[in-house]
Parts: sequence; C-alpha cells; structure tokens
Amino acid sequence: MAFWIASSPHNHNKAETSALMRLVIYALIPGIFAQWYFFGWGNIIHISLAVFTALFCEFIVLSIRNKNNISKQLFDGSAVLTAVLLGICLPAIAPWWISIIGAMFAIVIVKQLYGGLGHNPFNPAMAAYVMLLISFPLQMTSWQPPLTLMTVDLDFANTLNVIFSGFTKEGYSVEQLRTSVDGFTMATPLDTLKTDLGIGFTVFESIEKNVFGEHFALGWEWINFAFLLGGLVLIAKKAIAWQTPVSFLSSLFICSFIAYTITPDSSASTMFHWMTGGCMLGAFFILTDPVTGATSNKGRFIIGALAGLLVYLIRTFGGYPDGIAFSILLCNMAAPLIDQYTRPRTYGHHTNTKQEEAK
Amino acid sequence: MSTKTESIATSSDENDEVVDTPPQDDNELALAKESRREEYKELAKQGLWKNNPGLVQLLGLCPLLAVTATVTNALGLGLATLLVLVCSNATVSAIRQWVPKEIRIPIFVLIIASFVTCVQLLMNAYTFGIYQSLGIFLPLIVTNCAIIGRAEAYASKNPIKQASFDGLMMGLGFALVLFVLGAIREILGQGTLFDGANLLLGDWASVLRIEVFHLDSQFLLAILPPGAFIAMGFIIALKNAIDSYLQKMKPKETEKAIERVRVNFDS
Repeated sequence: MAFWIASSPHNHNKAETSALMRLVIYALIPGIFAQWYFFGWGNIIHISLAVFTALFCEFIVLSIRNKNNISKQLFDGSAVLTAVLLGICLPAIAPWWISIIGAMFAIVIVKQLYGGLGHNPFNPAMAAYVMLLISFPLQMTSWQPPLTLMTVDLDFANTLNVIFSGFTKEGYSVEQLRTSVDGFTMATPLDTLKTDLGIGFTVFESIEKNVFGEHFALGWEWINFAFLLGGLVLIAKKAIAWQTPVSFLSSLFICSFIAYTITPDSSASTMFHWMTGGCMLGAFFILTDPVTGATSNKGRFIIGALAGLLVYLIRTFGGYPDGIAFSILLCNMAAPLIDQYTRPRTYGHHTNTKQEEAK
Repeated sequence: MSTKTESIATSSDENDEVVDTPPQDDNELALAKESRREEYKELAKQGLWKNNPGLVQLLGLCPLLAVTATVTNALGLGLATLLVLVCSNATVSAIRQWVPKEIRIPIFVLIIASFVTCVQLLMNAYTFGIYQSLGIFLPLIVTNCAIIGRAEAYASKNPIKQASFDGLMMGLGFALVLFVLGAIREILGQGTLFDGANLLLGDWASVLRIEVFHLDSQFLLAILPPGAFIAMGFIIALKNAIDSYLQKMKPKETEKAIERVRVNFDS
C-alpha cells in the first residue's frame, strides 16, 4: 500500500486513474492527427505496435508479480498512455522493432521493476526514448521530411512496408526517402539548424532551406500547436497543473530571448524554440506527469524552469539536436530533492523566519 | 570503496594461531581430515555462491562493469584477478606473523601491487591484444576491493593452504560473474560469443567465435556501461530468487518444543 503524497488543498473527486488517463489520451488526438497530416501513417503504426507490446508486457509482469485483479490494472490506461507517448516521439519511418523494444523497456524495466504505477522515479516513455536514442542512433535519427517535400509518395501500404522491411514497394530505402529533390538528406529543422550553425552558416541563411517552411518549421509548428491545444484542454479540465507548462515555456522563452537579443546570427528565435521538436508535448503531457514530477506548486515552478533551461542548453550546446527527453529525465531525478525543499507550510504553522521574530 | 572493505573486514584483534598438533591415533586423524574437508567445502561454497565477491559483496564493481562488454575481455580480467588473488592471499598469509598490525594495509597494497605488475607485464608480453583492450583496468586491479578485502578478512588470519584455496574460490566466483555478464552483454550487444578469443587464448581460439544471431545494428545499450548496470541488477535478482526458492524448498525445521522438567521436591 502506498501513501498518497499530495499537497493541499486535498480535494476529492470521484475520478479514477483510468478516467484521467483516458482524458489525457483524448487530448493527444489533435497532435497525433497533425502528425498524420504532415508525416503520414508512420506514427500511428508505431503507436499501435507500442500499445500492443505494452499491454502484453504489462500482463506478463503483473501475472509474474501475482497481482490480483489484473484486468483492472491492465486497462487503467497508464500502459496505453506510455505507449502512445512513446509512439508519438519515434521517427515515423523507424523500423518496427524500435517501438517494440522501447515499449518493452518502458513497461518492464522503467515502470514495473520499480514497483508499478505510482512508484516509478522516471517517466517510462521518456526513459525508453532515451534508451532507444543512445542504443540505436542511426534508426532513431532517421526522421523523414514532411510529406509535401518528399519525392516519393508515402501512402499507408508504403509506410507499412518501410517500417517492416526498410524499403517501399518501389524499392526506395529509408535513406532515399529522406533525400530531397536536389540530392541532400533532409533532417528535422532543429538538426538542420544545428548542423548549419556548426559549419558556419548564420541562422538567417539556414532557415532559407525548405524544411523550415514559411514560418518556423514546416509541419512541426502545426504539430506543436495541436499539442498546445490539447494541453490547454487538459488545464481547463484541471487534469494537469498549469504551473509546470507555464514555467517551462517561459523559462525556455527567456533563455532563447536573451540569446537572440545578444547574438541574433547564431541563435534561433524564441518562437522557433517553442514550435519545433517535442517542446509542447514535453511541456503539457510529459513534464506534468504526477508520478515523476514535483508535488507542490512551488516545486512545479522550479521543475518547469529547470527543464526549460536544460532544454535550451542541450539544444544550443549539447550533442543532440533536441533535449526534451534528456532534460525531463534530469528533472525527474531532481524532483524528490525539490519536493524536500519546497514543502508547503502546514496550515496554522508559521514559517521559520516569523517564529524567530516572535522569539 | 575503501570504507566497504573496512566494514567487511572483521577486527583482527584476536590473532588466532592455528597450531597443528600431531594427532594421536587413527580415529582422530580421520576426524581431523574430515573437518578439514568440511572447511574447504565451506570455503568453496562461500567463494562461488554464498559470499560471491561480485554478486553478494558487490566488490570490484568498477572493473566488473567497465570491461565486460565481451566475453573475451571479461575472461581476461577474470583470470588476471584470479591469479593476483591467489598469489596475494598466499603471500599475505605466509608473512602474517611478521606484519605489524598498524601498517598492515600498506603492506597488503604493496604485495598486491607487485603481483599486479607481474600480471600486467605477462599479459603485455603474451596477450597483447587483450592487454590493449583492457587498458587502464588491468593496473587498476590493485584497487580492487575484493582482493584487499580477502587479504584483510581471511588471509591475514589463516594458514597458507586455506588462504590460497580461499583466494582461488573467490577469484573463480568473481571470474564466473564476469563471464556471465560478458556473455549476456556480448549476445545482446553484438549477437556473438567469444568474439576475439584468439587475442586471449592464441590463434586456435578463433574457431570458438559463435554467431548467435545476426544483428543489422548493434544494441549499444548492452555495450555501454548503463547496460552493465541493468544486466548486473538482473543477475543479482536471479541469484536472490534462486536463494529464496531453495529456502522455500528446504524442509522446515520443526521448532524444538521446550519441555519443562517437573521437579518433584517431595520425593
């Protein structure tokens, strides 16, 4: 039996875990739809693979652990949510075993070995994503360009072929799919910008490339916008606390704004940081995980600000183009310590300083 | 890590001298033989399973986790540690009467360091490939807590024969864990077994290489240090599971019923 650790006010409502998880999954739908619109069927295939694997692994581990009432725990939605989040993060044309290994790792090692739902120190989806990223760097960075830029028509059957065999029906390889009309391999906007800055281009020269589209990042901006929308719904429904995303986004905004004001040639704009990569997904859906995040409001502000700073630092100075997953894992590690130092004042008690004054 | 050694080493206040008195008759001789056999059996059990330096004492984890990416490397380090452990235990035990208690640790370290230097030079001469792939972890055997722990906790208080046997068993236990961890990581990481065994055992050993399954891309997690931690955790969990299973299978000892003796003062 675990004690609930939550800060006041201790409101009670009758919502069950499964209802909350279902709400979060519904809120992800606009983002998944945007991904489907810009990048094709790949992510939906990966999501379904991951969901099946996660449920299967959850069932196996729960039966080994001799839990009673397996079906209730199995379908409480937490495993499904983990798998959906993982599937969203994966590159759309990654091979099939990527999502299977990822979902297995997330459920068996990150979640169940630590004691199951509510006991995991790390967010399972993000831990699995990082594991995949460092284990299979080639497959995990084979991001396809948005469909409008691709030379090959990637329909559902073709995507399925690419995921399971590595080639389309016409025989194009993953590498060829990523090649643009002029023969260059296209990458994500964040990756492209990082490479270009590394070889001496300025930001303004780099964003002339077609992966950046008209605004910030072709496709990605709408996906992030859709996740923002879903996140706002969650806040309105009081499923997540508003403090974490607000503090995360403003921290990232402030960091990138300072850099942009000082050296506009070598730093991307603030909106580019907000609207590319997994920024909004991380802010609203992953950082707000009630298990691995901070519990008090002050703690949530600190976690969000820390995550924003880390994301900016990793994106700008780190070896990987996007740092959402890494910074969230680091924040998960810091969460117990932050909780320790941000305990809310118990009602009726004074803070230490006031006590000393009274003496 | 040195604090760990200290805590495991028992206090060496009582320098129990084992005086071998000549046994009187055949019966006593057989009894002494039997008890000695029991002692060796217990030493073997402690080193290989019950008190395994890798799985239970968790000593020497740094080389254990760092070099076990392949079976060959693991075997190389395991054999080197085994050799050093046997020699240092024997030497420490041989000079135990003349070592002042106050400076015993520096003396043990010196002994271990000289043996490690020998082993390092030997490997440099005969197995250069392994010498190169083990790198800094070969000289680092000096700081392996398993070795100094055994010298302090056992060899400094027991006669040479038992001490070297203890070193052999502890070393075997450590090498065994290294081997299992290396095998798991090599299979998961590259899909092979005994890759590069010819570097350690000579040219004939290149036939030992087994391709378990073919991987298009290496599973880097298993080769990187985090994979070693995860695999190590699984091995320790497996050992504990086996132990608790054996415990359960054991026939339960019935509790001795305490019977009160009725004393009748009247009679």
